[in-house]
Amino acid sequence: MAAVLRRATVSVLRRSTPHVRCISSTPSLLRDASQNDGPIALNWFENAFLVGGSAIASILDPRRADMIAVLGETTAGPALPRLRDRMLESPEGRRVLRDRPLINTQTVDMEKLRTLPEGTFGHTYVTWLDRCGVTPDTRDRVMYITDPELAYVMQRYRECHDFYHAICGLPVDVFSELAIKYFEFANMGLPVSALSAAFGPLRLTAKKRERLFKEFVPWALRCGSSSKSLITVYWEERWETNTEELKKELGIWDPPPVRWSKLLTEAAREAARRAQREAAAPGSTSGPSV
Amino acid sequence: MHSKAGHAISFASRRALCKTPSLSYSTRLLPFTRGNHTQPQPQQPPQSTNSRSDSTTHFGFRTVPTEEKESLVKGVFSSVASSYDVMNDAMSFGVHRLWKDEYVGTILNPGRRGPVKCIDVAGGTGDIALRILDHAREKYADRDTSVCVVDLNPDMLREGETRFKKTMYHNTSQVSFRVANAQELPPNEFPDNTFDLYTIAFGIRNCTDVPAVLREARRVLKPGGTFACLEFGKVGNPLFAQVYESYSFSIIPLMGHILAGDRASYQYLVESIRRFPSQPDFARMISEAGFATGEMREGKGGAWRDMWGGIASVHMGVKM
Repeated sequence: MAAVLRRATVSVLRRSTPHVRCISSTPSLLRDASQNDGPIALNWFENAFLVGGSAIASILDPRRADMIAVLGETTAGPALPRLRDRMLESPEGRRVLRDRPLINTQTVDMEKLRTLPEGTFGHTYVTWLDRCGVTPDTRDRVMYITDPELAYVMQRYRECHDFYHAICGLPVDVFSELAIKYFEFANMGLPVSALSAAFGPLRLTAKKRERLFKEFVPWALRCGSSSKSLITVYWEERWETNTEELKKELGIWDPPPVRWSKLLTEAAREAARRAQREAAAPGSTSGPSV
Repeated sequence: MHSKAGHAISFASRRALCKTPSLSYSTRLLPFTRGNHTQPQPQQPPQSTNSRSDSTTHFGFRTVPTEEKESLVKGVFSSVASSYDVMNDAMSFGVHRLWKDEYVGTILNPGRRGPVKCIDVAGGTGDIALRILDHAREKYADRDTSVCVVDLNPDMLREGETRFKKTMYHNTSQVSFRVANAQELPPNEFPDNTFDLYTIAFGIRNCTDVPAVLREARRVLKPGGTFACLEFGKVGNPLFAQVYESYSFSIIPLMGHILAGDRASYQYLVESIRRFPSQPDFARMISEAGFATGEMREGKGGAWRDMWGGIASVHMGVKM
């Protein structure tokens, strides 16, 4: 039985090796070669060097998402096995670990999600993506964790980050990112979220920092610690679930109101335009236009 | 797929798997895991110079089809072009400037015997070219020395042009920039017997066919012209070599990842240094290409001169 399970795991891992595009501009031949090369084991000195280097690089330029990713991998420590065990304790989490689904535009049918009725989680997610102008394809592959299962847990943690944004209804500015980091730390306990939460506010103005700590951090800590462990959620099975029901099931409530840089009507207008196009030309395939 | 009982069994066996020591677990499932600092033994592909379609060559420690190496190298340098100078400073702690100053100032000493027509191959960002022109001007009041900067990669050349725009040589006949392949310099642009000095600094190890580069160098040099090459070499002292190796393979790829967001290119860099022939072997290649070198030893009067114990070395030859 164990041998069968092991073989199944290996085949799923090999099949689902992602070709996620790295943020770096490495030429494709070299990048594909290094992606397929397998993870890199670090000794204690190299690990410490990467922790220090990626921490400084992240503070100096918070848009270096690849550095925050490296910081997460190198500081994971015992928290990652604990997270994996949390997944193993729930049937849904076990299904995720068995299937090892990945989230990018190749594995998730964005067009299908756009056609879902409003109020469903899938529709909320795609609307959020369009509104913020982000895509799930910019997540780096885990490089510095050698255990394949823990590497997958880390990859899943990284890729589900956008879902937390979508379900809490927060945009992608520094302010909301920090609120989500506090939320993640209270919910899942990885050191990298604590580090981001601790040092990130240094980049905010004093007024924003005050608002963060007065309104958002209490919400994040209370909501994060009382809700279900979000790493165990099989989000891909919930596309058609009503978002409010999902929030009730997970134990999440809305954060204080925050200003969005793009108005909600933009997304609805895009959807209306798309529906109009489809009605005018039924059966024609239209690619994502946003 | 599983019954409830089946779920319980699979859960139990997975927990059993998790209790296995992680090292044996990971090496069983992931034979591709490699240590950051313990690189695999470099494979020994045939170093072929004829163009059979199935011939391969080395690209760092990888084996790649010969035709691909050029585009891979081009891609590496497109990727690093904008951060090239910053990374050089970071990786060598600024020491590369000392090497280049000694190379141009002391060893090449352009302008001592009149204006020099130079070709700086793999000259990309213009480090050496600028030093040559400044040295000739400052030491010998020479404004007729000229350098033609040649590189395979247009992005690197663009960086070089930007650098030169900040100097007095911009828009003068003293500097020009051409995209060309060192193995095949186009004869209409680079006729035979044109240059007094051919220099290639930290570039020749990236070339697929080193003997071809040497042949082209001999072709475009005037009789009596100088071939000079500054390149990474092998460190003699075993203790220092160990320290250097640990630093190269442990720190440099990580630095590349942190500073430039590009681990793979810097991994290639340190692997390509390992791959390059040792100083005596390279000196022999230069001699076989038709250059008069010093004796086959290190030091003044020898075929090469080491810097910093052999981390970098300068090879010189005169066209016979």
